[in-house]
Amino acid sequence: MSAASPTPSSAAARPRRALAPGLGRALKPIAEARGFARGMLWSGAILTGVFVFMGIFAPWLSPYRYDQYQLKGAAFPQLAPPSALHIFGTNVQSTDVLAQIIWGAQTELEVVALALIFALTIGVPLGLIAGYFGGIFDRILVLIMDAMYAIPPLLLALVIAFLLGSSITSGIVVAACAITIVYVPQYFRVLRNHVTSVREEPYVEAARAIGAGPFTILRKYIFFNVIQTIPVLATLNAADAILTLTGLGFLGYGVQPTQGAEWGYDVSRAVGDAASGIWWTTLFPGLAIVLLVTGLTLLGEGLNETINPVLRQRATTHMNMDEEDPA
Amino acid sequence: MPTKPESEVMDRPAAEAAGTAARGFISVRNLKTYFEIRGSVLDRLTGRDAGTVKAVDDVSFELAQGEVLGLVGESGSGKSTLGRTLLGLAPATGGSATFQGREIVGMGERDLRALRAQMQMVFQDPHAALNPAMTIEQSVGHPLIIHKRAKGREEIRRHVAAALDRVGLSPPETYLDKYPNDLSGGQKQRAVIARAIVLDPVLLVADEPVSMLDMSVRSKILQLMIDLKDKLNLTYLYITHDLATAKFFCDRIAILYLGRIVEIGEASAIYEAPKHPYTRALLTAIPDPDPTRDIPRDLPRGEIPDAAKPPFGCAFHPRCPMAFAPCGWEIRDLRDLLEARWAGMAEEAHQAERALLGTIEAPDAPEPTSRLSAAPGATGEALLALLERIRNDDPAEPFWTGVKAMRAGDGCVEIDWHPPERPELLDLGAAHAACHLHNAELRARYGKAG
Repeated sequence: MSAASPTPSSAAARPRRALAPGLGRALKPIAEARGFARGMLWSGAILTGVFVFMGIFAPWLSPYRYDQYQLKGAAFPQLAPPSALHIFGTNVQSTDVLAQIIWGAQTELEVVALALIFALTIGVPLGLIAGYFGGIFDRILVLIMDAMYAIPPLLLALVIAFLLGSSITSGIVVAACAITIVYVPQYFRVLRNHVTSVREEPYVEAARAIGAGPFTILRKYIFFNVIQTIPVLATLNAADAILTLTGLGFLGYGVQPTQGAEWGYDVSRAVGDAASGIWWTTLFPGLAIVLLVTGLTLLGEGLNETINPVLRQRATTHMNMDEEDPA
Repeated sequence: MPTKPESEVMDRPAAEAAGTAARGFISVRNLKTYFEIRGSVLDRLTGRDAGTVKAVDDVSFELAQGEVLGLVGESGSGKSTLGRTLLGLAPATGGSATFQGREIVGMGERDLRALRAQMQMVFQDPHAALNPAMTIEQSVGHPLIIHKRAKGREEIRRHVAAALDRVGLSPPETYLDKYPNDLSGGQKQRAVIARAIVLDPVLLVADEPVSMLDMSVRSKILQLMIDLKDKLNLTYLYITHDLATAKFFCDRIAILYLGRIVEIGEASAIYEAPKHPYTRALLTAIPDPDPTRDIPRDLPRGEIPDAAKPPFGCAFHPRCPMAFAPCGWEIRDLRDLLEARWAGMAEEAHQAERALLGTIEAPDAPEPTSRLSAAPGATGEALLALLERIRNDDPAEPFWTGVKAMRAGDGCVEIDWHPPERPELLDLGAAHAACHLHNAELRARYGKAG
């Protein structure tokens, strides 16, 4: 047998990778991110992380419940300015603004996470199948999705929320469904187009040549090569979804005030306050919306720059860091 | 149209007689693989057929077990499509291809998948042929899982390690957890070969397995493939554009041109006495490292023609230095002739000649007489005079052998052609070639000297 000399360095690489080689490989570009992309990625991650933390630990972090308007029998003052008792003041319903912000983060988190799960479970399989098999099924789906694209997102979400509002009691599920319908076409389209190009790769033909069936090919050869666009898209969509959700809340079709705090609803109730010098009722929910959307956008763009090989640029200093990189 | 005598031309394609080895392992008969061309948006809207590309057109050959058959041709000759059709990766349009007596053409995808355990493929680009998201162990072991040859992680790992060891990736443990990106080109190709042999197939279709590799690795990979052939009793279909490696590797060679076999025979016979002008041209194109030897490089002129509209008669005739009357001359060849002529002319002379000529419209099918229209304002006589002048400038140009007569018409020149004949594979002893030069009857009829 003619000799192939194994690379000498390869043996050293194994132990650390053995644990989860796939995950380590997927996260590698993130660890390697440099410069501007790294800045965006981390500032976005921190901003988003703060809100996620707030959402998860709302019951412990918040001084009051979101619908609490009294403490031990003593009613909260209405529209009270920030004070030691109410750091961000109180609003027109006598609830604490800080509590609204913290519990609001929980609502946003729940709705967006739920919508994300729904949209992925619908959009990803449809995109994979339509892209791989093509044909009439693909054409019909593309037509439907494109038609949905043509409708303004907020309008579509409003209609869905209105239709579902009568049959589903949980406002969070209704809002999540409305947002799902808006974003499914995006996942579908991105994935479908990516699959149609990956489908032509020689390794897919090689998979056919070894006798793999279409669903095996989709699962093992195509899925992992198209899925890396999804985190970017999901993060950017999450930012957009926050705006849609707060838009719904602002118009009164989102999560109802009895079911949870919602920043859009808070802003809508406080619109009149600003004119009379009561700034805290609009400023803080508004700021929360802006910060979370900014955080998610930064995170998404940062991910895009690090994961997308076309945009990714490795800093020249990377050359010196080779010893530091054990893999 | 005169018909060719049946005795000269084999009525069944030559491979039947050409196969020196036993029949039955792989037998290909009149195999055709056509692709529809997707036309322009307008074509699709109006439903007009944009035509078909005959990637594989009426190909027949036999392949015996343990034999290495080389399919050689330029890019676009249909050699890769032929290999893919044999594996059922590209659907055949017609004809027959049997593998161990089982018909592949028209076989369902499910049966094909089961059959692929026995016929495997090695790809041209080893990097693209390996899934970047799978480790070498996963890639090489996947066929075992698909065909349920091994169960459990340990057993699969053992099989994969054995296959890797066999292709020279040793120690295998070093490579199991690597991703394709971590390996060199040669190592990747070895991994692709390991994936192909892990199921113990009997046939390997190797589609230019070394053309993407460094020169230094090529001979190692070829040597590996020869070793594997002996150890595993493999049969190869070796697809290449490189006659030099084919000589090293193949028992028999088939030369393809525009989807057809133009010559097939023992490798030694093809190298020592090529019968087809195209084979001769390919052989002279092999670089020779000896600077003192000066071999004439009469490489074929022009490019490989558009496969959607192949030349009439013999597809090679526009590029052939020895073509004569029956090879299928047509108006498109005049266009090429004029372009070549004008390319070497002074601007004024070119303009003067160009001004006489109208647009040349290529027919869809051979026609006995073509009308070459003159430019508006120019007469047919003037155009005829130009054509006569061009003929007198270079009377040896093979194009003129195909012109039976030219006469001036009303604003045009009518050109009568000798009827095109499509060459069939002729039995020439050690090899079979599809060329009119070996057809004594046609040579006699058109007075082509030997």
